[in-house]
Amino acid sequence: MESLESTLPLLACLVPLLAVPAIAAIGERSPNVREGVTVLAGIVTLTLVVTMLKTVIDGHLLRFTFIEVLPGVAIEFRVDGLGILFALVASSLWILTSIYTAGYMRGTHEANQTRFFSFFAVSIAATLGVAFSGNLFTLYLFYEILSLSTWPLVTHHGDKEARGGGRTYLTYLMGTSIGFALPAMIYTYIKSGGSLDFTAAGVLGQSLTGMEASVLLLLFVFGFSKAGVMPFHSWLPGAMVAPTPVSALLHAVAVVKVGVFCIVRVFTGVFGIDLLSELDAATAVSWVAGTTVILSSLIAMSQDNLKRRLAFSTIGQLSYIVLGVSLLSAHAVQGSMMHIAMHAFGKITLFFCAGAIFVASGKKYVSQLGGLGKAMPITMGAFAIGAMSVTGVPPTGGLLSKFYLVWGAADAGQFALLAIYLVSSVLNGVYFFPIVYAAFFHPAPEGDPPVKGIREAPFACVFPLFLTALASVLLFFFPGLLLDLTRLIAGAG
Amino acid sequence: MSPAVFQLASISAKFNYWIYIILMMIGLFAMIAKNNLIKKLIGMTIFQTAIILFYVSIGVKEGATIPIIEYETLKEYNSQKTGYGAKPDIEPQDYDNPLPHVLMLTAIVVGVSTLGLALAIAQRVFDQFGSLEEDEILEELTHPKPAKEPANG
Amino acid sequence: MAEHAPVLIVLSPLLGAILVMLTVRLGSVAAWVIALVATATSASAAIATLGRVLQAPEGVIRYQLGGWAPPMGIEYRVDAINSLVTIAIAIVGFLSILYTRSCATIETPSKQPQFYALLLLLMAGLSGVTLTNDAFNLYVLIEICSLTSYGLIAMGTRRAVLASFNYVIIGTIGASFYLLGVGYLYIKTGSLNMEDIRGMIAANETLAASATIEVAFVLMMLGVWMKMALFPLHGWLPNAYAYSPTGTSAFMAPMVTKVMVYVMVRVMLGVFGVDYVFGSNWANVASVLATIAIVAGSVFALSRRDIRRMLGYLIVAEVGYMVGGAWTATQAGMTGAIYHILSDAAMTFCLFLAVGIIIHRTGRHRLDAFDGLFQKMPLTMTLFVIGGLSMIGLPPTCGFISKWYLVQGGIEAGQWHFVVALLISSLVNAILFFRIFERAFFRDIEFESLETHHDPEKAATVLKKVPLSMFIAAAIAAASLFVIGIFNHNLTTWIRAALVNLNL
Repeated sequence: MESLESTLPLLACLVPLLAVPAIAAIGERSPNVREGVTVLAGIVTLTLVVTMLKTVIDGHLLRFTFIEVLPGVAIEFRVDGLGILFALVASSLWILTSIYTAGYMRGTHEANQTRFFSFFAVSIAATLGVAFSGNLFTLYLFYEILSLSTWPLVTHHGDKEARGGGRTYLTYLMGTSIGFALPAMIYTYIKSGGSLDFTAAGVLGQSLTGMEASVLLLLFVFGFSKAGVMPFHSWLPGAMVAPTPVSALLHAVAVVKVGVFCIVRVFTGVFGIDLLSELDAATAVSWVAGTTVILSSLIAMSQDNLKRRLAFSTIGQLSYIVLGVSLLSAHAVQGSMMHIAMHAFGKITLFFCAGAIFVASGKKYVSQLGGLGKAMPITMGAFAIGAMSVTGVPPTGGLLSKFYLVWGAADAGQFALLAIYLVSSVLNGVYFFPIVYAAFFHPAPEGDPPVKGIREAPFACVFPLFLTALASVLLFFFPGLLLDLTRLIAGAG
Repeated sequence: MSPAVFQLASISAKFNYWIYIILMMIGLFAMIAKNNLIKKLIGMTIFQTAIILFYVSIGVKEGATIPIIEYETLKEYNSQKTGYGAKPDIEPQDYDNPLPHVLMLTAIVVGVSTLGLALAIAQRVFDQFGSLEEDEILEELTHPKPAKEPANG
Repeated sequence: MAEHAPVLIVLSPLLGAILVMLTVRLGSVAAWVIALVATATSASAAIATLGRVLQAPEGVIRYQLGGWAPPMGIEYRVDAINSLVTIAIAIVGFLSILYTRSCATIETPSKQPQFYALLLLLMAGLSGVTLTNDAFNLYVLIEICSLTSYGLIAMGTRRAVLASFNYVIIGTIGASFYLLGVGYLYIKTGSLNMEDIRGMIAANETLAASATIEVAFVLMMLGVWMKMALFPLHGWLPNAYAYSPTGTSAFMAPMVTKVMVYVMVRVMLGVFGVDYVFGSNWANVASVLATIAIVAGSVFALSRRDIRRMLGYLIVAEVGYMVGGAWTATQAGMTGAIYHILSDAAMTFCLFLAVGIIIHRTGRHRLDAFDGLFQKMPLTMTLFVIGGLSMIGLPPTCGFISKWYLVQGGIEAGQWHFVVALLISSLVNAILFFRIFERAFFRDIEFESLETHHDPEKAATVLKKVPLSMFIAAAIAAASLFVIGIFNHNLTTWIRAALVNLNL
């Protein structure tokens, strides 16, 4: 693969950052212009990403080295198939979320909207930084920036509950990244003889024993706790105190996907799949992730708060991805990468729906949603599509990634883990479809405020969720791009 | 020599070390354990003096004299030095090592200035708290008296 | 002129101090200007010296004071490490004097020239300590630093006097131990020149194995540890920094303990030599002590409500970082320790400057001073946040880089307790600072109490707005955290080259 020097990845990260002063300067004086700036920045970013996309599909790598920070380790950008895929998902969904946020925040009359939009832009910049990181150090750098810049978003309401959620959020994310990921990274640096670059063969060579590799891998998996692998998952339901757009973009797409993205990078770039299978080091991770998948699905069934149910569903789906890479077979790794995108579109649809329901009716609980389908047909229809995609029902994109994951599990000969995928898919259905069924076919529960007065949420809320639901379906019929990009990394035929 | 006598001999042979260590411990004890700030400072002075004594004592040689060359000897030396093969009359082992003594001049100056500064600070402590006893000062800090009388009068 | 640059680093603040005292009658502004000029001269001399050091063969230049050759005469030995430390001293000194102008008028209105004179003397002492290659000269300079710091601390509030007195006692014991150690060294080697002594110890095995040398080593280490406040010898530090004038603590907190850490490194590598020090039985003791210091300092900091006391305990923990790093006996750990001298100086400086502004603006010195500050003083608060993030050790600040090297050294040396302590301390710092950020972010500020103080006496001690000079100093300090962090590669390369020169 030929690599080209290019400042495009740097620019893509800088554009959202440059929007921050503009957003802050405009402030509350003119909300329309402020949101316009956000959307504009999103469009510019997306354009940059698409420009890079062409080069990457042609089989090139884009590189940009900023400055050498540690011997042999620089702040470095490198764009490959996986990175561009993730950046594409994040930047396109940022535009939709901005539109949605405008509708939501005005609909619920939130305070401090300027602060909200500013930190939102910083978070996107950090997410793109993670996507384009050329080595583990740069990855960690942006990972931490993301933790910090999302904290004001999680605690946005500023009340006691939000502050508690924010505290849990930071304690888990920073505690694990400093406590586990940092020492693991330094250990890797020592063992690899001073390199943290991502290469397909890995940097570690033959320096580790199987035991060391297993422990190191577990440290990374727990250290990047944005991936929500149990037992370091509790921050995610806690962070649901945030306004719904935050939950939607950050906790269904950016933050959590950054976590799994980091883990995928560690598997494929730092260790290398071949080394891991040679050492048989990923088994522990497989079982931890497998347990997380089942447990979180079971917990999700018992949650009445809609957003919390979605949060636990997310935890399970993230561990699908972790489990996928830990299977170490080409198809499973490819499935994992695809699932990053598929699940992003499906889950953001669900969160958008939850927010739209809250804006339109003030309802937060699953038990209140009966009969809502008649009042909000578009929203609940999109919810159904999102649920189908997350569960893996055709014709939605979720089926494809799950198909690859299961295929990979069969390749690897791990039939117990394959069973986990199947069982949990059933469980997904169990905790999602009753909601859809009740919304369309049940009458409203008694004692609740009547459903009659409720109409669809504002256009700015409904339009994005319509688009993301559409995207989930389209990805089923036109997955070519996704397959090409993931194949570049996974090396599958 | 019996072991006891041998030990005694080795102790007495290095008596200067024992003196300085005993003095130093007395000083250290006063600095840490005494309640009165002035007594602490007295301890500090003893402590520093002990070290000065130690330095002075290491410069001493058996049978040597103070490191000052008499005028007569120097004249003789200068006249002898010119002659070939002449053996100078001035031997280093006849004189004590002057360097530790010189060093201690500086250390004494440092010690004096530390003491002076410390006494000034102690005076300010007395102005502020109306006492030089550590426990009374701490008591005053934790439970300040409602109306403090002007200290010193 | 250029060959005299090393001595100019020390002389210009020394002469500045004398000049300030001679011109007391001209008033505080004149004193301030003289102090600024003196520190600026010192800073440029230090930078010029670094330039010469980097070009010098072997990266070392020597300067013989008064032309007297060693071992009789006193010699300055300048390599990349100590010229970097002197640059840090001079720049921190310059910025703190710039910063102090506004708060000195409140805190020590009648003694401003004296304050500047003492600060300059302290700077001269610290630079001298860093540069000198003579073991006894080092003692004298340490005492010059100590005497001036006693005075500077005692200028503070009521409790500062008592803190200063305690510091006198502990400081004197520490310096005396060091002096005693030098005495034992002199008995065995008959020399006071550091390199001379190192050469003798390295060349002579029976000398290296003698108990006298070991006693000397232990005494000197004990003395230096007391002066740098290594736990459990830290008792004097938190109170001294909490109650002294803000300008004093802003200069002393970053520099005094750090320079003493450098002295420790110098004694280890420059006087006794790598082989002796790391071959001794004391390496494990020191490393365990450092670990305890890190954990204890962090835990004590958690329970403190006074901002500067809290920061004081953090310094106790940071001292543990550096001692532990130096005693990993690895090049990475030593690089981390020395790099941390610079980076910790920068971040402590940034924090103390920001806190000083906050204390003077709000009139409070406990954690409640931070309530709602993001709305009221967003810029100052941003500086504090930057300092805090660096203290936690987040990239790309310098705190991260030093932690990286320290952890790397700990892992390479197999000192896992040290590694774990470093990580725990990072986590504690995270809790500590985010607790404050949360206050500043969400607590409602009592605007009234900030604007109008009912107590007229108190109102006189509160700044009406943040003076530009204070803010600029703090902003430069905060920016330096990123600069030192991102562009650390040059620094660490120079440090490593100098370490190789010292056989590590």
